[in-house]
Amino acid sequence: MTQINVRVDGVSNTDDVEPRTLLVHYLREQLGKVGTVVGCDTSNCGACTVHLDGAAVKSCTVLAVQADGGEVTTIEGIAQEGVLHPVQKAFHEMHGLQCGYCTPGMIMASIDLLKENPNPSETEVREGIEGNLCRCTGYQNIVRAVQQAAGEMAGSAPAAETTGAQS
Amino acid sequence: MIPAPFAYARPTTVDEALQAIADGGEDVKIMAGGQSLIPVMRLRLAAPETVVDLSKVAELRGVRDDGDAIVIGAMTTHHDVLVDPLIAQHAPLIAEATETVADRQVRARGTFGGALAHADPAGDLPAVALALDAEFVIAGPGGARRTVPAADFFVDYLTTALEEGELLVEIRVPKLAGEWGMHYEKFNRVAQAWSIVAVAAAVRREDGQIAEARIGLTNMGPTPLRARAAEAALAGAAASADAIAAAAQSAAEGTSPSSDLNGQADYRRHLAQVLTRRAVTAAAGL
Ligand SMILES: Cc1cc2nc3c(=O)[nH]c(=O)nc-3n(C[C@H](O)[C@H](O)[C@H](O)COP(=O)(O)OP(=O)(O)OC[C@H]3O[C@@H](n4cnc5c(N)ncnc54)[C@H](O)[C@@H]3O)c2cc1C
Ligand code: FES
Ligand code: FES
Repeated sequence: MTQINVRVDGVSNTDDVEPRTLLVHYLREQLGKVGTVVGCDTSNCGACTVHLDGAAVKSCTVLAVQADGGEVTTIEGIAQEGVLHPVQKAFHEMHGLQCGYCTPGMIMASIDLLKENPNPSETEVREGIEGNLCRCTGYQNIVRAVQQAAGEMAGSAPAAETTGAQS
Repeated sequence: MIPAPFAYARPTTVDEALQAIADGGEDVKIMAGGQSLIPVMRLRLAAPETVVDLSKVAELRGVRDDGDAIVIGAMTTHHDVLVDPLIAQHAPLIAEATETVADRQVRARGTFGGALAHADPAGDLPAVALALDAEFVIAGPGGARRTVPAADFFVDYLTTALEEGELLVEIRVPKLAGEWGMHYEKFNRVAQAWSIVAVAAAVRREDGQIAEARIGLTNMGPTPLRARAAEAALAGAAASADAIAAAAQSAAEGTSPSSDLNGQADYRRHLAQVLTRRAVTAAAGL
């Protein structure tokens, strides 16, 4: 067992893990963060996407020991005091999901994309979420949701900053 | 699935890493970004006794200017390659190919050195390193270093010149003199970024002619290959659509592509010709 210190959704944790424990299993089974799901065995589907030290990663393809000293944000940590994150809200409003299994990963990947590119074209959204597979929606409404969220996030920022970096 | 149990070491310097590799027992695996290794360990296709994780070895990250070459640390992530000004200036082919690798999550962790050390025939960066005549700086037990040219680094399917106990430290990419254009042309399925075939081209134009062309082929055999016959046909040829199309017909000479679910060998040979024509045309600025 190896001891790790990780901040997850704003809360510090000190835990013992086996080195072979995948980050996603640590989050789900040791911390109860079951909002992050596992959709494949091949690192393809992106359903497990979380942010590690500010970047979207596939938490099934990171060891929990590698998050030691780091900061993880999951789908459970992006709403502020009960108010949905603009990307969550847009997925809801634009029907960006059907069964919802891919949704936590889609939202976390989209937030990462919008941080880098606050106003993506349709093609840029499709390329930005190429690491996330959806078996239900056909992606159309997911793309609309991400663009709607981009608009809302730009609108809520001071005018001078709408084209600049935004977190 | 989860990996089989292993002992885990997380060194912070190259010397510590070499020591951890030496101390790790019979079956040691070096982990860079883990984006190929962890999937393989999850499927239990690999079950190393010890994993030596390089993610905290800061000296292996980053790109520096070394006069006649740029030097890319093995642990520089695909993401960091994409935003690096030296690569953009001196080796845009690397950035162009890296942009097509996997997806943003994998690019956030996967590394330049890891992708080269892994030497997957369908991986995009080996053919680029070969086309640019990159050199591989390798550290061995005790810290001794040696340099291996790309032409000798890729030995066979998933096999490189890296010996047991050795570590890939950095990759030197010579700066090219003259007016070079570059292009990476890749053919893949939409939901899977891996190349079915891809072509890396760098072309130097002089007085309306192609003075020199370097062409790297992805997935046309167990290792990346240079399309030597096409390169020879292009040297001194007119920078015209006809001349390029004629030269590209020899792009598959000397290759030994595999047949798999994505395509038969003869289809891959056809793709190599078509993609070489497109890549060279774009690199020549036509
Ligand atoms: C879903 C998915 C899609 C992908 N699509 C593509 C694609 O389209 N094109 C593409 O090119 N790649 C693709 N990849 C692979 C990706 O580029 C990986 O980043 C890369 O193959 C391995 O890099 P890594 O840093 O993660 O290495 P790791 O997985 O950590 O290591 C890979 C191998 O190299 C060895 N190694 C690593 N670093 C060193 C070193 N410094 N010295 C000695 N040995 C070392 C390891 O021991 C291991 O055997 C994909 C991966 C995934 C998960
Ligand atoms: S569960 Fe992580 S990519 Fe599918
Ligand atoms: S909504 Fe079902 S997989 Fe995307």
